[in-house]
Amino acid sequence: MTFEPPFLYPDYRSTLLRAPARPLMRLPDEWFEASAGPAFGRIPVGPDDADLTRQHAGQPLGERIIVTGRVLDSEGRPVRGTLVEVWQCNAAGRYVDPADQHPAPLDPNFTGAGRCLTDDRGCYRFTSVKPGAYPWRNHHNAWRPAHIHFSVFGPTLASRLVTQMYFPGDPLLAHDPILASIPDPRGRERLVAAFDPAVTEPEWALGYSWDIVLRGRQATPREA
Amino acid sequence: MSNAPTPSQTVGPFFGFALPFADGENAAAIGVRVEGQLLDGAGEPVPDGLIEVAQNGEFARSGTDAEGAYHFVIGKPAPKPGQAPHLEVTVFARGLLRRLTTRMYFPEEVAANAADPVLELAGDRRDTLIARADNGVLRFDIRLQGGDETVFFELERLR
Repeated sequence: MTFEPPFLYPDYRSTLLRAPARPLMRLPDEWFEASAGPAFGRIPVGPDDADLTRQHAGQPLGERIIVTGRVLDSEGRPVRGTLVEVWQCNAAGRYVDPADQHPAPLDPNFTGAGRCLTDDRGCYRFTSVKPGAYPWRNHHNAWRPAHIHFSVFGPTLASRLVTQMYFPGDPLLAHDPILASIPDPRGRERLVAAFDPAVTEPEWALGYSWDIVLRGRQATPREA
Repeated sequence: MSNAPTPSQTVGPFFGFALPFADGENAAAIGVRVEGQLLDGAGEPVPDGLIEVAQNGEFARSGTDAEGAYHFVIGKPAPKPGQAPHLEVTVFARGLLRRLTTRMYFPEEVAANAADPVLELAGDRRDTLIARADNGVLRFDIRLQGGDETVFFELERLR
């Protein structure tokens, strides 16, 4: 079972000249199983990197949020100690990235990039502010729904994942060609986090839960 | 069903402030220097791509610049049983809804390459997988689409 989007999805215009036209070559599994999985040990992860609201002198504007969940392998086992990277625009819908020219204000107290390693239960957890929607030039009056970009490594080359997490109840979800590129509605639902009262912290931050399932298996743990 | 992998989405255009890290292009102090261009189906540079390469615990990450150019330094891998030495290369970009995976083989490994089963399967497209020597560096261009499209590999059905 796969929910993957196709490479060519004309409603998302940037795919037209970038989608491979030739079929991907399938190799016997073991030719890749023998490959070392992605190594990420060089990417620095500081203890404060998971809190995007504490990277500057002041607090960023916006709704404070906590986003947390588990990273699992294809057999439902926790993927421990793997790198999760996130990046997002600020509450006004503007990225720090100089390539972003949307005339919404930058927030001097928000960069929008974070990293953490999953814990022994495969959990990640970030504190941030809710990103805003923003316009893009894919089609007339196109707006991206609020989203947080996620990059996860996992145990093997096949498990490497870059995706986007969306917020429940966003009316823009039904109008976004990037999300719509996933043909199966169950696949699209997999990218929408759940509002979670148990994660929400009183007088502090709204909580969202979102689990990530990676392709591939971890090395089988040794049985006693 | 609940174990179906989380679907992929594009890395988008605005990752440049977040994913590159200090000295990320240089996975090894001593290694091979690889330079290349990421090109689209019109032969135009892809200025918002991200290349990752890994071998034997070494890892490099390089964004592409306005010319679509990337570079990295990494140790040359040892041959694997039955396969010529190669690097696993992963490509992300705006407009790529899923990441792409290819391999870079080494031009000096003539005999090993001739016996490599992946290059054999690539048939008349095998040259898209082999870097070429160019004044002390290895050139490895990645063409996403078109007549000389790089061979990419299907990992989506791996378990």
